[in-house]
Amino acid sequence: MTGDHEDAVRGNQDAVVAQPQPGHGLEPAGHADGPVDPFADPGLEEHEPRPTDVDEHAARRAERQIAACFMLSAFFVVLFCISFFVFKIGNNPTTILGGYGASNVTLGLFLGLALLLIGIGAIQWARKLMSDVEVVEMRHPTASSEADRVATVEALQQGVSDSGIARRPLIRNSLVGALAMLGLPVILGLRDLGPLPGNKLSVTVWRKGMRVVNDVAGTPIKPEEVEIGQLINSQPEILFEKDANGQPKYAGTELLNAKTKASTIVVRMKPEDITPTPGRENWGVSGILCFSKICTHVGCPISLWEQQTHHLLCPCHQSTFDLGNNGKVIFGPAGRPLPQLPLMVDSEGYLAAQSDFTEPVGPSFWERGER
Amino acid sequence: MRLLTARLSTKRRSPIAGLVVVLLGLLLTGGGYALLSPASAQSGTASQSTVQQGRQLFLVGCSSCHGEHGEGIVTKRGTQYGPPLAGVGAAAVDFQVGTGRMPMARPGAQAQKKKVLYNDQEISALAAYVASLAPGPAIPDPSTYNTTNVDTQSIVRGGEFFRTNCTACHNFAAAGGALPGGKYAPSLHGVSNKHIYEALLTGPQQMPVFSDGVLQPSEKRDIIAYLNSVMANPDYGGAELGSAGPVSEGLFAWLIGIGACVGFAIWIASHSTRSTRSTRSRKGASA
Repeated sequence: MTGDHEDAVRGNQDAVVAQPQPGHGLEPAGHADGPVDPFADPGLEEHEPRPTDVDEHAARRAERQIAACFMLSAFFVVLFCISFFVFKIGNNPTTILGGYGASNVTLGLFLGLALLLIGIGAIQWARKLMSDVEVVEMRHPTASSEADRVATVEALQQGVSDSGIARRPLIRNSLVGALAMLGLPVILGLRDLGPLPGNKLSVTVWRKGMRVVNDVAGTPIKPEEVEIGQLINSQPEILFEKDANGQPKYAGTELLNAKTKASTIVVRMKPEDITPTPGRENWGVSGILCFSKICTHVGCPISLWEQQTHHLLCPCHQSTFDLGNNGKVIFGPAGRPLPQLPLMVDSEGYLAAQSDFTEPVGPSFWERGER
Repeated sequence: MRLLTARLSTKRRSPIAGLVVVLLGLLLTGGGYALLSPASAQSGTASQSTVQQGRQLFLVGCSSCHGEHGEGIVTKRGTQYGPPLAGVGAAAVDFQVGTGRMPMARPGAQAQKKKVLYNDQEISALAAYVASLAPGPAIPDPSTYNTTNVDTQSIVRGGEFFRTNCTACHNFAAAGGALPGGKYAPSLHGVSNKHIYEALLTGPQQMPVFSDGVLQPSEKRDIIAYLNSVMANPDYGGAELGSAGPVSEGLFAWLIGIGACVGFAIWIASHSTRSTRSTRSRKGASA
């Protein structure tokens, strides 16, 4: 590359000379008096060559550095291929560096280094050895030339007069009508978004007498087994029941949809810590209360229960509900108290629901109203 | 009983037969009660001297907050300085003192895990004394939390229980998490099987209680087995960054990842070294 510095300097010279070309000034396009360069001398620094441009040894050293980067990259690719076959994954994986999965760590590290070294080599190449000429590119006016614009308008007017659209209103109006009608299929397609949800948002699978069971296990709960400070993530019993053929009554999407609305938590507090609103005095069983598990803000499942403060915290947006005070919102973005499920004890002594929730659970929606 | 004695005595007519039957009945009832009642089985194992030693330790180390007889101390504002201990049971003492949470160094939002100040014998003496105040959950038998022979199916089930009941506070990787007002759910890494079981049983601090009646002992054991299996897993994805999810990962990506990109951009655009050995004579003829 030595000896090229002469060319490089010359190239720079050309670039600078090329700057004040007429018709390509730096001012806004469409100036009435034609382009005028606002800066006679924009103050470009004179070009100085790099060490690699003037020193053969420096250039050779840079060349070796860049080649080393590329060769090292190839070497890491080889290491990647070796690691792919050497390290075990699966049930009995190889681990390195105190418990990291060896396969993932080495594959990622070697492939990453290989790519990184190609990048570093390319940057170094551009900075040290590639042409180092400052190039000035003049800004062009954004508008088309006057001749082009006149020609375009002429072509449009020619089209209008040739088609006769202005002279034949019947064609024009019927075309407009036909295009308007094309909107109808688009609107009709919206109908396929489904029937309206109806009362699906307002009801859950809870019914009078349905037992409250422990989630996952599905075991019914006796009030005497529930201690002060207890939290039970619970579900309606029907989600664990089977039909006559031994198949679960709820499965797949249906099960998830039912769970989404019917999930509850059961907590027990000291009865004197609970202040029920009028009408809810008999909704609990000696301090055992059941609330919806679905946050009234955007519907995250909440079970972050502080047994001493009786606060239930939603991990998504920190809405906090006071379950000792009817699920009242005491902090955060939730707009409504947490719905409560009235509890009773059934004939066999297990906790059961008195009814479905008396209000829609989960986030608010338009048709829900203010209640 | 009287009917039985009467009939026997009419047949045998022995003068001491009635007395023998009454004594036998008393022995059977008492023995049966002692065998079948769990509370008495627990307190029966702690000798009176152990309880007495626990009482002495309690007076020195615990009574300043919990009261001379574990009745608790209420502050002027009506809050608990130290809660009453009647009925918390030996398991609660074993957990709180065995993990160093008690005695607390200072009042605060929450007792912290720290160096254990009592030896095993002293902890069991304290537990025996507190258990003698009122019946409560006993220290679980080692067989209940032994996870050596738990099969994969149970571990998977333990995972379901864990995700349903525990992850809200303790994080999906059991790394712990923050609660309001300076409180927090601690990390479960390095916590012994026994202490996890006791915490579930007694609900220390803000943690809810998961009583044996609702979350069966085998289900608790499955949760512990799941935790052990999770913690024994290698970190496939590389550094876990505290398993705190998007917060720590986002911080890492923003600071380290984007920082590196900015560094490269600066390097690409920076003015490289220039040589003074330039040919000044061929200066560009700028306008």
